Amino acid sequence: MTAKLDLRGLKKAFGTKRVLDGLDLSLDAGRSLVVIGGSGVGKSVTIKCALGLIAPDEGQVLLDGADITHARGEARAAALRQFGMLFQGAALFDSLTIWENVAFRLLYADRTPRKEARERAIETMRKVRLAPETADLRPVELSGGMQKRAGLARAIIARPQIIFFDEPTTGLDPITADAINDLIVEMVKELGCAALSITHDMASARKIADEIAMIHQGKIIWRGPVSEIDRSGNAHIDQFINGRADGPIQAVV
Amino acid sequence: MTPFRDIGAAVLAILREAGRFSLFVGRATAAVFSPPFYGAQALRQALQIGYFSLPVVGLTAVFIGAALALNIYTGGARFNAEQFVPNIVVLGITRELGPVLAGLMLAGRVSAGIAAEIGTMRVTEQIDAMTTLSTDPLKFLVAPRLLAATLSLPLLVLVADTIGVMGGYLVAVNSLDFNGATYLRNTADFLQSEDVILGLVKAAVFGFIIAAIGCYQGYRSAGGALGVGRAATNAVVAATVLILASNYLITAFFVS
Repeated sequence: MTAKLDLRGLKKAFGTKRVLDGLDLSLDAGRSLVVIGGSGVGKSVTIKCALGLIAPDEGQVLLDGADITHARGEARAAALRQFGMLFQGAALFDSLTIWENVAFRLLYADRTPRKEARERAIETMRKVRLAPETADLRPVELSGGMQKRAGLARAIIARPQIIFFDEPTTGLDPITADAINDLIVEMVKELGCAALSITHDMASARKIADEIAMIHQGKIIWRGPVSEIDRSGNAHIDQFINGRADGPIQAVV
Repeated sequence: MTPFRDIGAAVLAILREAGRFSLFVGRATAAVFSPPFYGAQALRQALQIGYFSLPVVGLTAVFIGAALALNIYTGGARFNAEQFVPNIVVLGITRELGPVLAGLMLAGRVSAGIAAEIGTMRVTEQIDAMTTLSTDPLKFLVAPRLLAATLSLPLLVLVADTIGVMGGYLVAVNSLDFNGATYLRNTADFLQSEDVILGLVKAAVFGFIIAAIGCYQGYRSAGGALGVGRAATNAVVAATVLILASNYLITAFFVS
């Protein structure tokens, strides 16, 4: 079966620093894959290469078997229509209201009439338990958790086939983080889409993942079902999930 | 050989930057003329860039016009040419001071503002987010600003020209004993359409430069608040230098 998204042999360097070194990763439709790894190992770069925000030096990004690595114009736009993305800091547009943020794709890419776009935005906001009263507020007037909900609503409003989550719980208190994790699981199930998340929050990873993969030195060094993470037999995984400073992974301080 | 290597490296860095800027301007200009068009964004930017700059440009123009009249009167008195105050004021304002001073004020107010706004969007991943939402940031953010600044600045300069001439008029009539009607008639008789056109061409070019530099610096900013601050500073410096350089080139072209 063709993977929904297939990253093949991705390499990316910034100056002399090689971040991705032949990374292979595939994601099947309807599955939730969480990529874990320390800071600066290339998790965000992996997602940005998949989205086309960064061009890899080598390798391919395949969507439903079609190479979109260097797609431009309409081909890129068609690929992006299948994607939704929740950014680490939510990345809401400061100058727009919450409903305009949520409906951004509808308003400016799909040219949906404003009245209809607003109705759909508020309906989607309800799904992520964001009160309709917040629709006319600006992002700066919302808490971090509410901004994440708004970012999630923006990511799912056009019913994407793949959603990317970049550190979805970073900066949130444990209760809010758990609520966001629950929402992610619920939304992914409801949409029936594939999800590719990156995090170093193991509680989040265990909750939202069907499978977990670990990235280290620019490659995937382990991948398996979430139920097997505690008996992976991999020293890197054991060190990471137990949060130990001693082990094969050198802490960067 | 180290000095030669350093000089060579600096020259290459400048050429690289010039190349990047040229490519950016080329892509941004193409974005202005290719769909989708974001007319509401362009109108909003025209309001920000043009309308909200009226007070600062107007105040600058009135004081410059007034000071110019005083200086020309004082200088002209040395060879009994005081009567040429209206002629030289209108010439100086329309051909040179109106567009250049409006351009420099907007380089500070608008170019830095654009660089800071787009720079913040860059470092907080809002530009990446826009891309993932199937919206080209060049078309949504850059093209409307380029269009708005290029069209707004000539209108601002027309206003600045009028206010600047009136600044000279007020000083001439109230302090230098000129007859008001004669002053205005001399101004109108002496002014040629070419003077106004030169000023408007300069204004359009300056508007383009201000927006292009601001957008470029913002678009390429990195490194958090420090990077955004640097982008804003660079935008003001680069826009100022380019405005003055292009002012000379446009004047030389028209004069020749």
